[in-house]
Amino acid sequence: MGSVSTSATRLRDDLAAGRISSVEATRACLDRIHQVDGRVQAFLRVDAEGAMAAAADVDRRRSQGLPVGLLAGVPIALKDILCTRGQPTTCGSKMLERFVPPYDATVVRKLREADAVILGKVNLDEFAMGGSTENSAYFPTRNPWDLERVPGGSSGGSAACVAAEMAPWSIGTDTGGSIRQPAALCGITGLKPTYGRVSRFGLVAFASSLDQAGPMTHSAEDAALLLEAIAGHDPLDATSADVPAPRYTAELDKPLDGLRLGLVRDHYGAGLSSEVEAAVREAVRIFESLGARTVDISLPHSKYGIATYYVIAPCEASSNLARYDGVHFGYRTDEPSMLAELEAERRAALASSGDSARAEAAVAAIDSPLVRLYRRTRAEGFGPEVKRRVMLGTYALSAGYYDAYYLKALKVRRLIRNDYDAAFENVDLIIGPTTPAAAYRLGEKANDPLAMYLEDLYTVTANLAGVPGISIPCGSTAAGLPIGLQLQAPAFQESRLLRAAHRFQRVTDWHLRRPDLS
Amino acid sequence: MALSRADVEKVSLLARLQLGPAELDRLTGELGRIVDFVEQLSELETREIAPLAHALDVANVFADDVVKPSLPRDEALANAPKRDDECYRVPAVLGE
Repeated sequence: MGSVSTSATRLRDDLAAGRISSVEATRACLDRIHQVDGRVQAFLRVDAEGAMAAAADVDRRRSQGLPVGLLAGVPIALKDILCTRGQPTTCGSKMLERFVPPYDATVVRKLREADAVILGKVNLDEFAMGGSTENSAYFPTRNPWDLERVPGGSSGGSAACVAAEMAPWSIGTDTGGSIRQPAALCGITGLKPTYGRVSRFGLVAFASSLDQAGPMTHSAEDAALLLEAIAGHDPLDATSADVPAPRYTAELDKPLDGLRLGLVRDHYGAGLSSEVEAAVREAVRIFESLGARTVDISLPHSKYGIATYYVIAPCEASSNLARYDGVHFGYRTDEPSMLAELEAERRAALASSGDSARAEAAVAAIDSPLVRLYRRTRAEGFGPEVKRRVMLGTYALSAGYYDAYYLKALKVRRLIRNDYDAAFENVDLIIGPTTPAAAYRLGEKANDPLAMYLEDLYTVTANLAGVPGISIPCGSTAAGLPIGLQLQAPAFQESRLLRAAHRFQRVTDWHLRRPDLS
Repeated sequence: MALSRADVEKVSLLARLQLGPAELDRLTGELGRIVDFVEQLSELETREIAPLAHALDVANVFADDVVKPSLPRDEALANAPKRDDECYRVPAVLGE
């Protein structure tokens, strides 16, 4: 694979210099997918034809001396929650099995304008709800470092396809850690930008005040390049920030003298595996040897992060997912059998009750055909985790509970944000683990939703506060599983995150290690 | 606050989900445990705290009131499970 596998930045340079063609690079990725994806199962759909045509087009324009885009000819994989015009976008759900978007997400449009070559769409937890990719309605994706373990999630396909060298990089999305956690578990670099940094237009909504798309790559250098291509204000997303996006690649080598790193006391509590803790402490020592100073800080409300998140995110999800009604797009239940079911219920209600008033009441309690159409469609189209969250959110927003749950969570969200604001008065970055432990086995937490939620404790607070975070590989367990280091920065300081991560990657080689899939 | 099976059944109608008896039983337990976990937020005194619905400081974003081409009807209807030339089709809503 040579330059295809090592670095997207180098591949771009090799393409520009004519050392490799985009057709060759794309073919190498498709060959690799053919070779290993039967075992990893990262891709939901490979668009070999479209990718080869796009690659040939870039090669042709380049050979004619015509202008080409920032990422010209570099292949990329997309999480299957970003709308691609004319190409299925399933969100990992049976609900959208046959959904073909009539437009591109802004992120996708920007990638096409940059002349990136889209290889296909990769797997995820249904509607990005989950941390293992086991909630995909299609199949679970495997961790390339150990095929019996989860790749993390929800952007598990995005992480696994990069770790397994099927694509030099990919796009993931992060609502509570869904870029950073799979990046950590698969040994790659994953950046969740500041809320509003990257347009959400065409990113199928899970929790609108938390969702962000971002780069999943082998290095901070690659993440800087990819973020540069997708960041920026978008009039089609009213929550997109009208703040100029810097040229991240140009700022990568700016010095970081006197960097102050905040070490969160609350991060080193019960539940953190000793191997992860040791790797993170070693990473902190490396930063110190590079001239950084560490400062002990406290984020006193971060321990309420999970509870806050698991109110706000399901509330927003229950509202966003109301659009899947079997009418406008997506799956619809079988109507004749639905009507027959209602008729049978009506007969049973009439037969079971002697007096006519009670029979009338029983009949009146039966759903109307339209309501039953909605309910059966959603019952059949959504998987268990999506139903759980829609139910939780509907409950928390329902009359009598709104103040106790949703409003309360929004207030605690303010406290969490205030903690970050106070911490960033004294430090430039916050450093800590991305996850409490390395990748777990498939099925290990599948029957305990709450245990799965608790895995997100280090990542959800960045989404609640809207600040950017990056996970980079910083070690390995005795069993050979990757460990992730998380850095967080104040809003719109992605450049600082990338510079620090890049400095670290210049003196370490964790990000260069690859799983053995021979 | 314990979540009852009747609560869950009521929420399933609000959420437009049809749940069978086994699913209702399972969800009553699972949602109950999650709601109990979330109850920890009540430890915090938040009377004076303003809610934060959104991390970004943006208020209303206005666009010029200009008519622009929109998604053509046929494309908008293309993903509909059931349609005619102009509309989405649903089961009869009025009358029996």
